[in-house]
Amino acid sequence: MGLLSYFKSKSTSGSASLAKERLQILVAHDRAGRDAPSYLPQLQRDILKVLRKYVAVEPGAVNVNLEHDEHHEVLELNIVLPEGERSTG
Amino acid sequence: MSRIIVVTSGKGGVGKTTTAAALAMGLAERGFRSVVIDFDVGLRNLDLIMGCERRVVYDFINVIHGEARLNQALIKDKRNENLFILPASQTRDKEALTKEGVGKVLTDLSEDFDYIVCDSPAGIELGATMAMYYADDAFVVTNPEVSSVRDSDRMIGILSSKSQRAEEDREPIREYLLLTRYSPERVERGEMLSVEDVQDILSLDLIGVIPESQAVLNASNSGVPVIMDGESTAGQAYSDVVARYLGEQLPHRFLEIEKKGLLGRLFGG
Repeated sequence: MGLLSYFKSKSTSGSASLAKERLQILVAHDRAGRDAPSYLPQLQRDILKVLRKYVAVEPGAVNVNLEHDEHHEVLELNIVLPEGERSTG
Repeated sequence: MSRIIVVTSGKGGVGKTTTAAALAMGLAERGFRSVVIDFDVGLRNLDLIMGCERRVVYDFINVIHGEARLNQALIKDKRNENLFILPASQTRDKEALTKEGVGKVLTDLSEDFDYIVCDSPAGIELGATMAMYYADDAFVVTNPEVSSVRDSDRMIGILSSKSQRAEEDREPIREYLLLTRYSPERVERGEMLSVEDVQDILSLDLIGVIPESQAVLNASNSGVPVIMDGESTAGQAYSDVVARYLGEQLPHRFLEIEKKGLLGRLFGG
């Protein structure tokens, strides 16, 4: 203890900034889930079903995400194809 | 026409009942006829905080079930003639709260009162959703701490989607952020989320900041709403909250560390 630790405690930021960072991520994620239209999970399942008629994709390969902007909404669809599918055509 | 206020939070132990008691007393002190209702069926505590625990005869659930008339269950505050308390039942469970039953009681109360303050239980189950369903205004009580802030955000979502106003597509509930148990010393040391941090995350109108204060425990020990302790920082902060709610423009106090004078430093706080 003493002078040195006094200066040290002033210079290092406390845990509050970490708390804020974690909360911002968490709250954004919670809100995205809350505001998402209810058809999104069904849409995700349907796309996967259709896709699997043609390609042997993993169950988690389809990712549907809805993003809000000030003026418009973007429906983002992300599909991961398995390795080597291209050659089978 | 009366205004229905819900005091809510999601998380328990953040100061909902303390706030509901202070708010109802503060409005009564300003001459408004006020009633404060305990929605925590099975775990009633508002009566203790208000200091009328020995005068409870009938309760909210008795009125809903038609076992007592409203004026038999209402407890008149001994300190302020404008203030009444409607206690929760200690023996029933919260399923006794029905949307129709609660709505009927609130409609009857609104004929007699200017303000109806609903003290919500913790959680997001029936008691809490019933307390907010008919609200016009909501006080979201939050501690500067991660789980409380997260739960408050959850509650904000519920307020905007599951209330009568939302269902009927009317003007949404007016939501206010009330930060409680705030410690400027710990904020300065970077150990506690600041007012600005919490506002950044929740983006709500800030109605007040209640500093951490021994006076709150003293008040609940003696069954006197803390707003009546005008000497205390918490009491003064609650008075400011009531004034702001009624439309006065007041700066936020007690956000900075109290500077102790030389004498204060020598002899301690």
